[in-house]
Amino acid sequence: MSEQSAVEAPVRGRSRTTIRSRLHRIDSKTAPYLYISPFFVLFGAFGLFPLGYTAWVAMTDRTLLNPSWSFIGLQNFTTLIHDSYFWNAVENTLAIFLISTIPQLAFAMFLAYVLNTKLRARTFFRMFVLLPQVTSLVAVALIFTQLFSHDYGLVNYVLGWFGIHAINWEAGRLSSWIALSVMVTWRWAGYNALIYLAAMQGIPDELYEAAAIDGAKPWKQFRYVTVPLLRPTIIFTVIVSTIGGLQLFTEPYLFEPLKQGATGGSARQYQTVVMYLYEKAFAGTQFDFGYAAAIGWALFLLIGVISLVNYLIVRRIRSAEA
Amino acid sequence: MKTFLKTPRRRATSLAALLVVLGLVATAVVASTASGGRRDTVTLRVGLFGDFGYHDLYAQYEKTHPNIDIKEDIESYADHHANLAKHLAVGAGADDIESVEVGFIAQFKSQPNLFVNLKKLGAGSLQKQWLSWKWQQSIAPNGAQIGLGTDVGSLAICYRKDLFKRAGLPTNRDAVSKLWPTWQAYMAVGKRFEKHSPKGVSFFDSGSNVFNAIIGQLNPAYYDSHGKVIVASNPKVKAAWNVTMQGVQGKESAGLAAFSNDWNTGYKKGTFATVTCPAWMMGYIQGQAPKTKGKWDIAAVPGGGGGNWGGSFLTVPKQGSHTKEAYDLAKFLTSPASEAYIFKQTGNLPSQPKLLKSKAVLGFKNPFFSNAPVGKIFGTSAMSLKKQILGPHQGDIQTAVSNAIQRVEQHKQSPAASWKQFLKDAKAVS
Repeated sequence: MSEQSAVEAPVRGRSRTTIRSRLHRIDSKTAPYLYISPFFVLFGAFGLFPLGYTAWVAMTDRTLLNPSWSFIGLQNFTTLIHDSYFWNAVENTLAIFLISTIPQLAFAMFLAYVLNTKLRARTFFRMFVLLPQVTSLVAVALIFTQLFSHDYGLVNYVLGWFGIHAINWEAGRLSSWIALSVMVTWRWAGYNALIYLAAMQGIPDELYEAAAIDGAKPWKQFRYVTVPLLRPTIIFTVIVSTIGGLQLFTEPYLFEPLKQGATGGSARQYQTVVMYLYEKAFAGTQFDFGYAAAIGWALFLLIGVISLVNYLIVRRIRSAEA
Repeated sequence: MKTFLKTPRRRATSLAALLVVLGLVATAVVASTASGGRRDTVTLRVGLFGDFGYHDLYAQYEKTHPNIDIKEDIESYADHHANLAKHLAVGAGADDIESVEVGFIAQFKSQPNLFVNLKKLGAGSLQKQWLSWKWQQSIAPNGAQIGLGTDVGSLAICYRKDLFKRAGLPTNRDAVSKLWPTWQAYMAVGKRFEKHSPKGVSFFDSGSNVFNAIIGQLNPAYYDSHGKVIVASNPKVKAAWNVTMQGVQGKESAGLAAFSNDWNTGYKKGTFATVTCPAWMMGYIQGQAPKTKGKWDIAAVPGGGGGNWGGSFLTVPKQGSHTKEAYDLAKFLTSPASEAYIFKQTGNLPSQPKLLKSKAVLGFKNPFFSNAPVGKIFGTSAMSLKKQILGPHQGDIQTAVSNAIQRVEQHKQSPAASWKQFLKDAKAVS
C-alpha cells in the first residue's frame, strides 16, 4: 500500500502520462482475462449450462415430444438405482473399458519405445501410427463390424485356417466386448503412442547414460528411468482414456445388426451407458428425456469416481520408486 | 483506498470483455441464420428413410413448378425417426416433408400441434383416394389429419425356386401356396425342407420376420381399442410366439437380424429359401441381390391372407416456412399417378383402392420374381386388409420381441425365459 502510493505520487503530477499509464495498466490487467474469456464463454455456454440444465431436466418427467411436464424430484434417480438394465450397461461399459484400455496403453508404450529407437524412416512410422486417428469413426466401426461378422467376416475366415469354429462375435457377451475393444484399441493406440513418444524425447540422455554406467540393462532402464519420468503423461492418458472409454457409443451403436432401439444386442450384452441413454432419449418411441438426463448425470458421477480411482492407482508409480 | 477502488473496476472491465465476446458470438449466430433463401425459388426438403423411388417424380414436378427446387435427405429407419423427434422438439431442423413409418405414426400423431393439419389445406377432399383405414391411421386424437398415405405392406412369401427344387419341394407358385394354409403348415414345410436342403441353407431368414408377419394379420395385436397394451393377455400374440418358436427350435431359421449385414449377404449367397415379403420387400431384394433375378418367385402368405407390415405417411411439420408448397408436393407424391408409377419402379404397393383395382396394378408382373403376377397377389391381399389398432410404443414392442426371438436363435435363453423377459420389456415401455 505505502509502496504503491509512493510510486504513483509523482505520476499524478503529469496528467498526460497518467492517462497513458492508466490505459496501460487497464490493458495489462484486463487483457489476460480477455484472452482467456473465449474459453470460459464457450465452456459456460456449451459445458456448464447444459450440465446444470441436464440436472434440472433429470428432476422432471419431460419427454421429447410432449411440452407439458412436471417436477418429480429425485424419482428418476431412485428408478435408475433399481434399473437392472442400467447396471448391466455400467458393467458392459466398465468391462469394455478395461479390456480396451489396459492392453492399449501397454501397446502404446511399446510402440513409443520402438519409435524412440534409431529406426529407419522414423518420421514415416510416426505418422503412420496416427493414421487410425484421422479415419472417420463411423468408417472404422462399419468396417470392423464387417470383419467381425459371423458368416462372412474376415476374422472368422482366418480363425477357420486354424480349425477354430466360426464365432458369433456379436451374439456373445465376452466376444462382443473383445470385438469392440479391438476397435477402440486400433483407433487410439497410435495416438497415445505419440503422446508417450513426445514425453520420452523430453527425458535427458544423461539419465540413461548414468543408468547404463550403473549396469542397468534396457529393460531396467525402461522400468526405472522411462516409466517413472513418464508418470504425468501416463496419468494424463489414463484419465483421457477413462473419460473416452466410459462414453463409448459410436462403435457399439454401429456394431448392432438390428439397427433399432440401440439395445446393444439381443440380450443387451454390449449396451454401454451412453447407448442406454440414447435408447431412452431418442432411439425408441419413448423419448424419455427426464430419465435420459438422470442417466447422463449418473454417468458424469461415475466418470468422476473412476477417474479418481485411476489417478490414485497410477500415482503409485512414483511412490513405489520413492 | 486505491486498492479498494480497484476491485470493482477490474470486475467491470472483465465483465465488459465478456459482454464483447458474447456479442460477437451472438452476431455470428444471427448472421449465419439470417443468410440464405432467395425469394424467387423455394427449396423443399424431403426427409425419407430408404429410397422411396421419388427421383423421377421430383424432376417431373420441378418441370411443372419452375420455382420449386427439391432436395432429398435419406437416413436409416432408426436415425430418421429419432432425428425427426429431435427436430420437432427443438422447433427447428425438420424437413419440409417428413416421412413417418406406420410404427411411429401413433407416437407422432399424439402431438398434432407439431404438424400442419392437412385438412386445413384441403386434404379432406382427397380422403376417398385412400383405403379408409390408411386415412384413419394418421388422424390425430383431436381430429387433425397429419399425413398422406404412401404405401401399404400387404403380405406374401418370397421364395427361392432353385432351393425348393433341390429340397424336393414343388416350385410352382400355386402349388407352393397350397403347401401352407396356416403358419403351422409353413413350419412343417420348413421341416421337410431342412431334411433335404443343401448345407448352410435355412428355410427362413429370421424368426422375427415371421413373427412380425403373423402379428400383422392380427387385430387387435399389441394394443386394444382403449389404447391399452395387451401383449401379455392377448392369446393370439402368444400363439404367434409359439409357432415362431416351433420353427426356430426346428432349426429352420438362419437367425439373421433383419436389415443386418449378414442378412443382406444372405440374399446374395442364398442362405435362406423363404422370406416374408411385404410388398416393399421386393424392391429391397432386387437392390441387395440383383444377380438372383429369376430365381425368386412369390406365393401366398400363410394364415389366410391379409396382414399389413410397414407402409408410411408423408407429413408436413409446422415449423417449415413453406408448408403450403410442401403440402402441394406431398399431394403430388401421393397422387394416384405417382403411386402407380412408384409401384412399377420399386414394388411399393399403393394405399389407394382405385389403384389396387386398376389394370395398371393388377396386370403388373415382376420379371425379377419369375414374372409373378405381383400386382394381383399384393393388390388382392391389400383390399382385404383391415385397420389394426396401433399404439404409441408399437416400435419399442417390436424391437423387444425381435431381441427376444434373437436370444433364442442365438441359444442364449430358452423360449420360456425369453418370453418372460419380453413381457417385462413390453410392460416397461408402455
